[in-house]
Parts: sequence; C-alpha cells; structure tokens
Amino acid sequence: MSPVLAGVLQLVALVVALGLSYRPLGDHMAKVYSSEKHLRPEKWIYKAIGANPNVEMRWPAYLRGVLAFSVVGVLFLYLLQRLQGSLPGSLGFVSIDPDQAFNTAASFVANTNWQSYYGEQAMGHVVQTGGLAVQNFVSAAVGIAVAVALVRGFARSRTGELGNFWADLVRGVVRILLPISVIGALVLVACGAIQNFSGIHEVGRFTGGSQQWNGGAVASQEVIKELGTNGGGYFNANSAHPFENPNGLSNLFEIYLILVIPFALTRTFGRMVGSLRQGYAILATMATIWLVFTGLMLWTEFAGRGPAFEIAGGAMEGKETRFGIAASAIFSVATTLTSTGAVNSFHSSNTGFGGGINLLGMQLGEIAPGGVGSGLYGMLIMAVIAVFLAGLMVGRTPEYLGKKIGTREIKFAACYILVTPALVLGFTAASFVLDTPANSMTNSGAHGFSEILYAYTSGANNNGSAFAGLNADTQWFNSTIGIAMLLGRFLPMVFVLALAGSLAEQKPVPETAGTLRTEKPLFTGLLVGTIMIITGLTYFPALALGPLAEGLAA
Amino acid sequence: MNNSAANTGRVLWAGLRALLVLTVICGVLYPLAVTGIAQVAFPGKANGSEIKDASGKVVGSELIGQTYNLPLKEGEETPTPDLKWFQPRPSNGLGTNSVNTQYSIILSGATNRSGDNEDLITWVKDAKAAVVRDNSTADHKVKPSDVPADAVTSSGSGLDPHISPEYAKLQAHRVAERNKLTVDQVDRLVAEHTDDRILGFIGEPRVNVLKLNIALKDLVAKG
Repeated sequence: MSPVLAGVLQLVALVVALGLSYRPLGDHMAKVYSSEKHLRPEKWIYKAIGANPNVEMRWPAYLRGVLAFSVVGVLFLYLLQRLQGSLPGSLGFVSIDPDQAFNTAASFVANTNWQSYYGEQAMGHVVQTGGLAVQNFVSAAVGIAVAVALVRGFARSRTGELGNFWADLVRGVVRILLPISVIGALVLVACGAIQNFSGIHEVGRFTGGSQQWNGGAVASQEVIKELGTNGGGYFNANSAHPFENPNGLSNLFEIYLILVIPFALTRTFGRMVGSLRQGYAILATMATIWLVFTGLMLWTEFAGRGPAFEIAGGAMEGKETRFGIAASAIFSVATTLTSTGAVNSFHSSNTGFGGGINLLGMQLGEIAPGGVGSGLYGMLIMAVIAVFLAGLMVGRTPEYLGKKIGTREIKFAACYILVTPALVLGFTAASFVLDTPANSMTNSGAHGFSEILYAYTSGANNNGSAFAGLNADTQWFNSTIGIAMLLGRFLPMVFVLALAGSLAEQKPVPETAGTLRTEKPLFTGLLVGTIMIITGLTYFPALALGPLAEGLAA
Repeated sequence: MNNSAANTGRVLWAGLRALLVLTVICGVLYPLAVTGIAQVAFPGKANGSEIKDASGKVVGSELIGQTYNLPLKEGEETPTPDLKWFQPRPSNGLGTNSVNTQYSIILSGATNRSGDNEDLITWVKDAKAAVVRDNSTADHKVKPSDVPADAVTSSGSGLDPHISPEYAKLQAHRVAERNKLTVDQVDRLVAEHTDDRILGFIGEPRVNVLKLNIALKDLVAKG
C-alpha cells in the first residue's frame, strides 16, 4: 500500500469514528446543559463552591463568573510555579522565573498551552499534574460553557438569562471531560503511553551505562490535552514524544480526541436551538474547511518541496518514522484548525506551504471545527457576519435563528473578529521594529518572519503550537505572548456573552418567505466564503511575506 | 460602590473555592485513579515499556531511541557510530539539561529548521554522504539515490525508536560484514523485525532499532 493511500484510509477511518460519535456525544452534551437535575457529586461540589446552581444569570453575571474563575486560575498557577522549588513532589526542580511563570499561567488558563519551557527539566509532578493538567480540564469546560451560553441566547427569548456559570463549568468537567478522559487515558496506556510517579530514574542502555528518564502521569494529561484542545505536552517534543504518543493507533486516537467535541457541539447546538439542520449547516462548513485543508497539507507534504527536503528525498525532518508524512500532516491540520496546538511533527520543518496552511488555519480563528466551545462560538459569530452581509445584499434586516441582527449585535460580532488580528499583527510588527526580538529567530529570511508571525498567531488564537525555532523564553516574548493569549481568549468571550445577552432579550421574529434559509447548503457556501474573505483580506499581506514567499521560492 | 466591591470579592472567593475543588478532582483523584488502574492492568507499558537483553539486563525502552556509538576517544567531540550495530536516525534537535543540573536529562526536541535553512541543507548532505560511505562494502556499493529520507533527517522528538524498513535493509550489508554474518542472515533478521502498518493502514512500516540490535547480538553470540 502506498503511503498516500494509507493516509487517505486513515482520514476515512477518522471521519467514520467522528461520525459514529457525533449523535450520541452531541445529544449527551445537549442533555448535560439542559437537564434540571444535579448529580450527587455535583451537589457536593456546589456546596464546596458555595454557589446555587439553580440561579439564572444574565450576561454580566455569567461573565463575572468566567473572569473571576480565570483570574484565580492564573494567580494559582503562577504561584504554584513560583513556589515549585519549595513544594514537595517537585523532583528537586527549581521555581520558575516570573516572566515564564506568568506566560505559562496565562497560557494554560487561556486554553493555549504555549510552552516556553522544557517540560522535562522545568516542571515537576506537582505543577504538571496538580496545576497544568487541572487547567486543561477547566479551561476547556469554560470554553464549552461560554459556547453554551451563546446557544442559549439564540434559543431563549424575552429573558436575558443565560444559565448558571458554575453549573455549566462543573457539569462540563464531571459529565463530559472526566468520563472520556478516564477511558481515553487507559487506551493510551494500552498503546504504550506511560502513567507512573517514578520521578526521574536511571534505565540501562544497550551499549552500557545508563540513561535518565522522566516518569509522570503522562497518559492522564495527554488525553485531556487533546480532548480539551489544550495542547501542552508533558515533554518538550509534545505528541511526537514516544511516551506521549507511542504508535500509529494512539496517534489516530489522539487526532480523534482533538476533533470529537468541537464537531459534536454542532449537534448540541442544533438540539438546543430546536433545529438539527441548523447544526448540520454549521457542521458542513467546519467539515468542508477541515477536509480541504487536510487535502492541501497532504499534497504539499508529500510533494516535499524545499532544498533540504529534495536532497533528503522527502519532508521527513521533524517527523517520526511510526507516523510518517500522512499521519503527521493530518495531525498538524487538526491541531491548528482547533485551538489545540499539540504537535506530533514540528511545523517549522513543514514545507513552506505546509507552514502556511498551519498559519492560515489558526488565523481563520480556529473555527473548523475549532477549540472546545470556542470553535462553536467563533463559527456562530462568523454566521452572524455572513447573515449580515447577505442582508446588506438584498436590503433586508438580517436575522439568524429567529433573532434580528441589529446594530448592537453586529457591533459585538465586529469587535469579536477584530481582536485577534489586532493582537497578532500589532505584536508581530512591534517585534520587528524593536532591536532584540528578532535575535530569537533560528531561521532567517521569510521563514524567520513566519516564526514570529506564527508565535503571535498561535498565542492570540489560543493555539499553542509553534514554529519552535523561535527562542520564545525571553522577557519580551514571555510577556507579550502572555498578554496576547489572555486578551485573545477573554476579550472575545466578553463580546460573545454580550451578544448572547442581547439575543436572549429579543422576542423571536417569525420566519417569512424572505428569511434567509440558514440550514441550506447555499448558506454553508456563503459562510465558507465569508470566513475565507475576511481572514484572507486581514492576513494576506503578512502571509505573503512569510510562508507564501518561502513556498514559491522552493 | 461598596456593594460592587463586595460582590466582586464574593465571586472571586467562589472562583477560588471552585478551583480548589476541581484541583482535587482533576489534579489528584483523577490521575491517581488512572495510575492505579494502569499499574494493575498494563504495568509494563505504564512504566515505560522497558526491554531486557538475553542476559535479563534492562537495556532501554522499546519506545525511546538510543545511540549506538563507540566510546568517546580523547580529543573527540562527537562520538563515532559503532558500525557493528544498526544505526538510528540523526537527532540534531536533542538538547541537554540546562536548568536542574543534578540530573542529566535528555531534552526531546526537533531541529525546527525550515526546508531552505543552510544548517539543515548541510546536515542532510553530510548525513547522506556518511550513510553512503559507511554502508558501502567491498562487494556492495550504496548509491545516494538509495538512501531513504528518514536516514538523513532528524525526527520530531529526537528519540525516534524506529527507522524505515528501507534504511534497515540498506544497512544489512555493512552489519553482516562487521559481524561476520551472511547478508541473508541479516536480511532475515530485518524482515522478522519489520512491523507493518497497524491493521494494514495506520501509521507507517518501521523497524525498532533497539529490538533489532538485541536480536543481532543474540545471533552473533550464537555464531
């Protein structure tokens, strides 16, 4: 069997697996966020929090919950790293410097998991398992909660109430993320991922002597890192490390974990707004972009253009033998079209166009299918914009899911889509105007430019993958990428919740013959077009200087 | 004003309590439970898939690539590969521990060089020349076009335990000569240690270098 055919079959297997989970998981999540009942352990948790899960919140209250929980999360994780040297169970690892600790805390709370540290030598059991892995769960649950609040905004009328943040947070963890993680972690261990607390220990070598290995709760962290579209690896090499991703099967399973919740949330959305077909239209948009990007990535990586790859006879630099080109390409698209940022191959050594596809995937706003929760709300914002544009064309007041898209709504949507480009392009430009940031580049020329563009794209979009040639452990990058991650995560959430509140207050508009049918393929086409045009116009000049220049020269 | 400050305080306090409860659940109970089950159900794998040689000594993990070099001579900076053994892929992206130097941990990682990077072009060219030189024997000349891509590129982790079956076959003549075995014997060894794609289509065909070298050592010992 040729590697290309094997790659296509792996993609087909992935589509089938995702298809099989779509209904049960999507319906389950809809039930989780609609049910009136609380499970017994949840009641204990609410008691410990001191929150009444039955109180409905309007958008400012919901937002306060999100922000308070996240602020506390950043501070807690920052302190945990700053105090690591004095904590037991840290394997003798020292405390993290302030700028790096800030960056890492911001990164994990913002669901980014950018790593400016080397996992092996920086983070002990306590920080990894008790700090970073916990944020993998809760930052994911916060993302889903905000998406669900927006969906409720569409589904509810004349109320302004969006649900209870604490209930949504706890249910996301207890009923969705934890059960899948327990099973998934055991699957990964069965494949060979490690799961122990043996610290750093000596193991013999074939030619004599010994080597030192890190032990750790790797499988349990690996599974939620993919499932929660987080991406921060236990080891520096992330999912390329054999202890995190031991074989082809674990690899395919990890790609599945990355995509399963974001895709299934479109079903949850359809259920909650009372029209499954509206969910399918969003799903079709996501799937179209994902499949086209994956196809393009497979093509460019198998073609292997670039001087070094042509001498080597293939673009295997930065890729593992057990995955090969196909499984690496499929993974790298999945991770950059979601907010995951885990890598099983190193994007900096992708072909010029391949790196460009990674960049563009993130710049679309990570909505195909996007991060858990953030993918759905990002896509719904684009749908609002698409409906608005269509309304302009025919001169009608636009409406979506029975809600008028008026001045107020479109302002929130417009603010949402302006946040990340402003952060990405602003910080990238600033880095090149200043003297020292450019010293961090490993590669020069177009690829060097891409390294810095990639860093801010990845940070502001909460991805976390890197053109890792960039030495990002400097005060400038630690601080500015940290700020980009926080603003890129929480400012959009403000606009999403404000929009949700405004929608929930409206009374529904009856559907007429002139209503744009947003469940039809025509709308899917319009939505794909809107996404590509808006992103294309925003980022094209920057992409032309980086990956396009590199790809065309090869 | 006072009211809103009190309100903010109350929400932050709830947030802190939520974080602590969820830390206990997701950061303590969950990993302990998974570790417990994993240690009972898959002890070998959960502890790193260690493998032993014929004498019962642990010689590494089947998942972590090793180097097979001659002992470092005086004045030498980079060790010379021991051509008696099958050689792994290059690993130019590996780092060494710089923070907590009571340990000597290998830092996994890639080179992160782009396709047009001068360093990478040089590394690939040099690696290719070395593969051709090292693997050509008196009656078997290796052509540069025979060298597969994995033989001259570094992996993502730098710890890739595998090489492609093509690279293993390419080394057979040299390994046979150095160990006074027939090429047929070594070819058979490689074939026995070639893993196909899982279920026929997942991942890529590969040869585990450590397992192959252990089997080679046995074969040589048996004569």
